[in-house]
Amino acid sequence: MATAMETALPNDPKIRGDIVLPDLPVGREELIRGNHSFHEITEIVCRVNEAPILATPKPFIFGIMLAGSVFAMFGGYIGYLYWEGPGIWGNNNPVGWAWDIVNFVFWVGIGHAGTLISAILYLFRQKWRTSINRYAEAMTIFAVLAASACVALHTGRIWMDYYLFPLPNQMGLWPNFRSPLEWDVFAVNTYLLVSLLFWFTGLVPDFATLRDRTTVTWRRLFYGSLAMGWRGSHRHWVTYEKAYQILAAFSAPLVLSVHTIVSFDFAVSQLPGWHTTIFPPYFVAGAIFSGFAMVQTLMLPARAWLGLKDIVTVKHIENMNKIILLTGSLVGYAYAMEFFVAAYSGNDYEGFTFLNRMGGPYWWAYWIMVSCNVITPQLFWFRKIRTSVAASFILSIFVNIGMWFERFVITVTSLHRDALVSSWEYFVPVTEVLFLLGTFGLFFFCFLLFVRFFPVIAMSEVKGVLPQANPHWEGYHKGEGHGHGTAEGAGGH
Amino acid sequence: MAQIFPKWTNETPKMLAAGGGVASVFVVFAFYMWASPWHTDVGYKPRQPVQYSHLLHAGRLELDCRYCHSFVERGPMAGVPSTQTCMNCHLQVKPKSALLAPVRDSWASGESIPWLRIHKLPDYAFFDHSAHVGVGVGDNRAAIGCESCHGRVDEMEVVKQVKPLSMSWCVDCHSNPEPNLRPVEAITKMGWTPGPGWAEKASKIVKTLAPPGSISRVHQVNAQGEPIIVAAYGCNGCHR
Repeated sequence: MATAMETALPNDPKIRGDIVLPDLPVGREELIRGNHSFHEITEIVCRVNEAPILATPKPFIFGIMLAGSVFAMFGGYIGYLYWEGPGIWGNNNPVGWAWDIVNFVFWVGIGHAGTLISAILYLFRQKWRTSINRYAEAMTIFAVLAASACVALHTGRIWMDYYLFPLPNQMGLWPNFRSPLEWDVFAVNTYLLVSLLFWFTGLVPDFATLRDRTTVTWRRLFYGSLAMGWRGSHRHWVTYEKAYQILAAFSAPLVLSVHTIVSFDFAVSQLPGWHTTIFPPYFVAGAIFSGFAMVQTLMLPARAWLGLKDIVTVKHIENMNKIILLTGSLVGYAYAMEFFVAAYSGNDYEGFTFLNRMGGPYWWAYWIMVSCNVITPQLFWFRKIRTSVAASFILSIFVNIGMWFERFVITVTSLHRDALVSSWEYFVPVTEVLFLLGTFGLFFFCFLLFVRFFPVIAMSEVKGVLPQANPHWEGYHKGEGHGHGTAEGAGGH
Repeated sequence: MAQIFPKWTNETPKMLAAGGGVASVFVVFAFYMWASPWHTDVGYKPRQPVQYSHLLHAGRLELDCRYCHSFVERGPMAGVPSTQTCMNCHLQVKPKSALLAPVRDSWASGESIPWLRIHKLPDYAFFDHSAHVGVGVGDNRAAIGCESCHGRVDEMEVVKQVKPLSMSWCVDCHSNPEPNLRPVEAITKMGWTPGPGWAEKASKIVKTLAPPGSISRVHQVNAQGEPIIVAAYGCNGCHR
């Protein structure tokens, strides 16, 4: 099997993606570098998926085993939670919501970058999205899965979770439709469903490419089933483009609505620190901010390990860093505005809550949040930093940490000082670290499986932004290209 | 290239759509079934140790329900009559009847007749008969009749359950008790129909009722300052 694959792989190191051109300084350069032909793009992307199972690289096996172990631990943790109840958490009387909700908001927020890249940037004809959208959409789906796990587990009585859905029953009991928590159920489920459809629709032509290339029976059946009979005919493409646009139009409002509704979980309540009209835009900006940071965290190592540097160039990294800078500044503005509103309102309780955030028992969480979320993105004003892969990676980690702490600060510090001084309590996590770790296990296990078996780059779309895809490409006049195309595309060289 | 899949796989989308349709119909049916009288024991009609006929006693002889179920106005349980209650009459009436042999055995031995209970609420649901067969004071007094929940017992040879006793059945009446109210004097009357003027009186009475547990509704008034709703509607009215 291994030898068959080796012969299938071209020996040209450029096609294999082994040799990558140095990253150029930024300018109006080509979206895809290296002057690759259509065929070379296919080779670069499919290489990862087509490697035989037994030839899976050792570091990858190590990674998936690590993630799988953490995921398995999460399963055990869920069993423990089921058996013991939420008493295994540090939640106490005023702090009824803690890491369970913090983790939920954290993961849902991360998903938003994927939808922004795949839907909004698509509708705005931002061609650079093609190199990163598949990756980001997968991240969205796995992040929403992790978020769903958090929200399903936070109810305590997890066997009663079906109460979340409006099912007819002999008790005549319905969920409280006036509660934002119920809106949240619908928002997150809609989000998961639409994201999944969008992701899968984009994958179909690429599955067909993998199906047509492979010589291994199980892969042909696997990719063949997923490709759903895609032949790459003109009619297929017309239908595909229509479906893709419709789904993009469906997804685009979700970028704004889902996290708005998540913010309602807090904003609709009467608690100082939560009851703010600024929450919806502030949460959406924060979600996109954290999501792009997570895309960077995942993409930068993958880009190097999978040999995708020509497809995901420094230009892409820089563009994403610019979005991080924009949304990070919005988040910083929202932090400042919360304080302004608290001061300007003259409301004692509001004022106390915000001063308490800064200097109260959780001062450390607040300042971690501010330094990671306000200071970090401002470094991206410098071109040197935003075009540096290492700096982008490190700063993206800081943003991830900062955004987790943002949700911690909002949830826990607002709760731990109740209106009655006698109820004041300091929240200390007990086993919650395993909870957070477990959701990361779930996320990375799914993600590594995705990287191994699904095309991580939207091949067909990337080919569409190559210069050869333009019918007026000068190469055709020079006689360099062959005009005819197959499902895989004609070579430009 | 050879085909990977046989030709019938072209039909998989249709098959999936049909399968999905069947699955959703099944899910809806399952929930419908769960909420249905079949699930809620309507029609439960066990064979009792004595062939006692409500049709004869309550129907033709017009015995008052309270002659046997004597605690209904005073406590949570209406009560099943003791053997002594039966023997009050049956020492004189048909003292030799074969059908009454188990009653005479019980009378002689002192062992209770093992009547089977038909209307059973879950332990976590608090219910008090006395609160239902007469609430309010003076002119504002009203009740729910026996037949509202137990059906036309006077027409049943053997008593069976006719109402679902489900939570939604309780809550439906608790949110709108007016149509089921009747004067206290008529609680045991079977086939009772409201006389002239009763509907207006009932709607007036209903506004004054505030049984325990109505945390969410009690003391609420409408724009005219009149108290609105009524019977226990808070969770802790029944789940104490």
